[in-house]
Amino acid sequence: MMSDRPHPILVVIAALVYLFLMVPLVIVVGAALSDTTYLTFPPQGLSLRWFENIFAISAFRRTIVTSLQIAFLGTLFALLIGIPAAYALNRFRVELPKWLGTLFVLPILVPEIVFGFALLKSLTVGAGVPIFLALLVGHTLLVLPYVVRVISASLASFDFSIEEAAISLGSAPVKTFFTIVLPNVRAGVIAAFILAFITSLNDVSVSLFLTGPGISTLPIQILAHVEQFFDPTVASVSVLLMFLTVAVMAIVERTLGLTFLAK
Amino acid sequence: MTQPLHIDAVSAHYGTTKVLEDLSLSVQAGELVSLLGASGCGKTTTLRLIAGFLSPTSGSITLGGRDLTRLPTHKRDIGLVFQNYALFPHLSVLDNVAFGLKQRGIAPAERRKRAMAMLERVGLAALADRAPGALSGGQKQRVALARALVIEPPLLMFDEPLSNLDAKLRVDMRVEIRQLQRANGTTSVYVTHDQEEAFSISDRVAIMNAGRLMQFDRPEVLYRRPANTFVARFVGFENIIPFKAVARDGDVVTAETAGMRLRLSQSLFGAIPDTFLLATRPDGLTVSIEAAAEGLPARLGLRTYLGRAYQYQCETAAGHLIANGILTTPLEAGTSVKLVPVPEQCTILAPDGDE
Repeated sequence: MMSDRPHPILVVIAALVYLFLMVPLVIVVGAALSDTTYLTFPPQGLSLRWFENIFAISAFRRTIVTSLQIAFLGTLFALLIGIPAAYALNRFRVELPKWLGTLFVLPILVPEIVFGFALLKSLTVGAGVPIFLALLVGHTLLVLPYVVRVISASLASFDFSIEEAAISLGSAPVKTFFTIVLPNVRAGVIAAFILAFITSLNDVSVSLFLTGPGISTLPIQILAHVEQFFDPTVASVSVLLMFLTVAVMAIVERTLGLTFLAK
Repeated sequence: MTQPLHIDAVSAHYGTTKVLEDLSLSVQAGELVSLLGASGCGKTTTLRLIAGFLSPTSGSITLGGRDLTRLPTHKRDIGLVFQNYALFPHLSVLDNVAFGLKQRGIAPAERRKRAMAMLERVGLAALADRAPGALSGGQKQRVALARALVIEPPLLMFDEPLSNLDAKLRVDMRVEIRQLQRANGTTSVYVTHDQEEAFSISDRVAIMNAGRLMQFDRPEVLYRRPANTFVARFVGFENIIPFKAVARDGDVVTAETAGMRLRLSQSLFGAIPDTFLLATRPDGLTVSIEAAAEGLPARLGLRTYLGRAYQYQCETAAGHLIANGILTTPLEAGTSVKLVPVPEQCTILAPDGDE
């Protein structure tokens, strides 16, 4: 008889992989709680003072807000562009040229560092777009391919005759999109939101080029801080970034439901 | 409420592909008309043009005097039943049925009452609160039917509604559809590739091929008097034999083909032209072993057993023919026989050219 229990070697390997993934995080969390003025592990003495220090440094306070604003607005705009784009690409798959779908995922293929530099040249230097706006445009473009891909995958299994049925019953096409199509790809929209938000929140390469005097994002500020100081603030801010990421997932899970992960 | 549908000289082209050529078709108020043909014949295109999912290149479509040609689908007021049911997965059975009423601004209580009454009629009132995903294929199609009927549309259309159901259920469902359609007197267009389904359910059937209407008539007429060789072959007239009239004596025309003479009555077939095709089903050719019989000399080939008869592949001077012979005397391959047409089971066609 086949056993439902996994093979012992498989268990060991899985455990090792998890260990490999988790140990750096444990070290970061440990270092963040250290009472010393330098980064160390295991922590010597327990203190939350380096967490307090994040908020004492105005650059961190500002960049956390900027990062959240950029991530939220960038994701929102990417959804506003990406959902209709994904819809059109799937609904008119036969009529539209094939390369159009590829066009939307092309930014993923361009190295982010090149993408960031290109945006700097065109937006900031070329068009003189203000820093915050350039960051927002950059992040919107950065996450758009993920949004289009994830929602396209959701729409690929959507039966468009359902939409036709609703229209035949008297529901106007635009209204049908919101009452029939969108509720049925909700899981895809949620997944796209989380993926886009986290990608934006943790981005370094694109932001590196687009941040400027007075306006920066949290990951860039962490880099800048490490260049000058070696205190545990950088560990505590990393923990905070992790916490923000988890919090976003938790909030989305609570409000919209993460049931798609089980599907 | 019930209204006639007129399709007038409608053509539809995709780029250079002519999907539909100059189709004219009228469905009388309360009538059920099937569009029948193989895939790619233009039947689904016709349905989608009537529904408004496609626009015709030329021509017009009117429903009860209302010109639909340029009207968007959601204002056409047409009930549609799809092959894959197309129920709203995120709504309950009841909300699915009530959807069309909601679009018409009917109050929630009234909506619920009417939707329940319709579910009652299709025998699914007990499942009103279920999700569509929890239903069987037959139940889903009943919900789809209820959803289309509850808005009391002047026109009801079916797009291969039974294709996803098993054979037994298909027969039950088509009877049910016909009964509901009759009871409501709703003008209906029914698209199918299944000849038996089309013939059993319809007042009239439009047989289509390659974007053109081949014949549009009552099933009885299509079955007995196809208008051209395409329809003849489609409804099972497998033997088509060319004849020439050689003598006319009042009502009776004497005609001949390679190795055979035949006397045909014009009171049975209508006016018989000088050259024509005689079409029969395998049942319409009697296999005779009597040398004196007046029939087409033939050599028997492969014999197959049909249950009610033996079927023979036959080689004749008029080409390859198929005939059914009686069960009591099975004949061996290679036997020389005469194939005798049974006039009542034959029909006469004009020679091809305008097919």
